[in-house]
Amino acid sequence: MTEQIIQKDIHDKLKIIIKPYVNDENVMEQLHEETDFIKDLNINSAHLVDIILDIEEVFDIEIDDESAEKMLTVKEAIRIINEKITDRK
Amino acid sequence: MSNQQQVFNKILMLIPQAPPFRFIDEVIFVDDSQLIGAYTFKEDEFFYKGHFPSNPITPGVILTEVMAQIGLVAFGIYLINGFGNKLQEDIKMVFTSSQVNFIQAVLPGERVVVKSQKQYFRFKKLKCNTQMYNIKDELVCDGQLSGMIIENNK
Repeated sequence: MTEQIIQKDIHDKLKIIIKPYVNDENVMEQLHEETDFIKDLNINSAHLVDIILDIEEVFDIEIDDESAEKMLTVKEAIRIINEKITDRK
Repeated sequence: MSNQQQVFNKILMLIPQAPPFRFIDEVIFVDDSQLIGAYTFKEDEFFYKGHFPSNPITPGVILTEVMAQIGLVAFGIYLINGFGNKLQEDIKMVFTSSQVNFIQAVLPGERVVVKSQKQYFRFKKLKCNTQMYNIKDELVCDGQLSGMIIENNK
């Protein structure tokens, strides 16, 4: 897969993971790189933990405490997922 | 006093809730996967006056709180501190979600036992499967509860 396809793939999978925790369909449609999970999507910190656990399972990676604390936007989440996938290889 | 009893007492001491909103009397068992505790409803709990006049029944929201104080707060305090490790005095836990089924009524004076099994405790979130039993060992309510540990220095 080219880099671009991989990025798109991560983004799409992330969107599927996040969806059950978001009530507002409009913001979900407009999900972009800078979207902040807590401020823009009204996800509480407890649900953010569930999202991180889902990410671990879907991407078969392990997220440490330090990375989890940084996972506050779509952009950061994708960056960390990429980093962990690369580490795994 | 046995080492285990000291741990139980330590947990009870660190629970921040106080009467009339403290709903744990005893810790009966604890390890890394499960905590069991108990509470006896007093005949004169404040909520019986209104729920309901001349027909006191423990409100479901209070049963949920009993499950949360035993199954999340007490358990969370143990999971953070463990046996004999350093003691973190000022733990705060916020209740973040619950899904509870109510099966039996609980009347004034009844003792209930709460059992709480850890589903996971990660990134400061504790999620448990929790059940409450009455003195006849009948299931009163059960469900899934979650809470997050808040550190005071943040």
